[in-house]
Amino acid sequence: MLRGNLEGEDLERYVEERVVTTTFEKMLNLARANSIFPLTFGLACCAIEAPISIVTARYDLARFGAEALRASPRQADLIILSGRVSIKMAPVVRRLYDQMLEPKWAISMGACSSSGGMFANYAVVQGADKFMPIDMHIPGCPPRPEAVMYGFNKLQRKIMGNPDQGWRQRYNAAGTEEWARGGPASKPSVEAAEAYELARELASKEPARA
Amino acid sequence: MPDGPGLELLRGEIDVDAPGAVLATSYDKERAALIVDPARVVEVITWLRNTPGQGYRFLSSLHVADYLPAEPRFGVHYELLNRERVERIRVKAMLPAEDPEIDSVTDLFPTANFQEREAFDFFGVVFRGHPELTRILLPEDYVGWPQRRDFPIGGEPVTFTYSEERYG
Repeated sequence: MLRGNLEGEDLERYVEERVVTTTFEKMLNLARANSIFPLTFGLACCAIEAPISIVTARYDLARFGAEALRASPRQADLIILSGRVSIKMAPVVRRLYDQMLEPKWAISMGACSSSGGMFANYAVVQGADKFMPIDMHIPGCPPRPEAVMYGFNKLQRKIMGNPDQGWRQRYNAAGTEEWARGGPASKPSVEAAEAYELARELASKEPARA
Repeated sequence: MPDGPGLELLRGEIDVDAPGAVLATSYDKERAALIVDPARVVEVITWLRNTPGQGYRFLSSLHVADYLPAEPRFGVHYELLNRERVERIRVKAMLPAEDPEIDSVTDLFPTANFQEREAFDFFGVVFRGHPELTRILLPEDYVGWPQRRDFPIGGEPVTFTYSEERYG
């Protein structure tokens, strides 16, 4: 449209129809929720349902913007624990989760990773909550792909509704952040640390939305 | 596989070369087993492996069973196979509940290496002379012997309201 084509009320209506005003935060969360990169990661039989089945043509997670399964935790922002976590695997899973860059989310899929399931024995962790924060539990043994997609949609709603999950406070995990500059001794830049502190302050002031 | 009389004949032959090593025999469900003195298990297995006409040169499995509350409590089972005749025989040594120890057979059968480590891992049976007796499947810092019968089942108790109301 060339400048000067519309005047007065016509211009007002034109702008109203085509422009949506929102906050930057909401826009950012909308983008995050609809462009999730899940980690290509399977633990046990649940891995057949997710992440294998849900990316096939029949279920097609691409509809929700999550078809790009990443093979590296550095590129992923969602980890789906698909199966029982043995006590020997738990440190590995935790390390994968720690390697993912913020913001990141975790889905515990099925009875086993949520509660130990039928494996109430010496070898299996009784619920993945014991060693890492979980945003969404999907019940089932195994859950159908529809259930996984429903859980995924709930997670999207959670991301859009509540920008700060606050899991570091809930799990007393402040200081475990890994910064994307390489090396275990690397520290964030002064600007990044200041921005981070400011974000924390703002988030703690703002009441959490459901 | 030796039948019942064949097993007794075999025992007689072992008694000639190693008197007193075989404590008893058992023939149950067509499985022949020699119950041997744990201190002399290597001697008996060497005899079964090297004596001409026996030739049990293949250790198909080595495992441990917990017979709680029986005493002696642990049974170490060696499943031997003669591949020419396709005959199997089981050698069984019973170990006490306190400090179960037995000689390793890794010098005779290299395959026993991992199997003895697994038996140690889950039952705490110590194999003397094993080159590297460490945990193989469980984490290295694991405490306890989880396949023993008196090991707590673990996990967390799940109480259903139905059973709670009914059984208290």
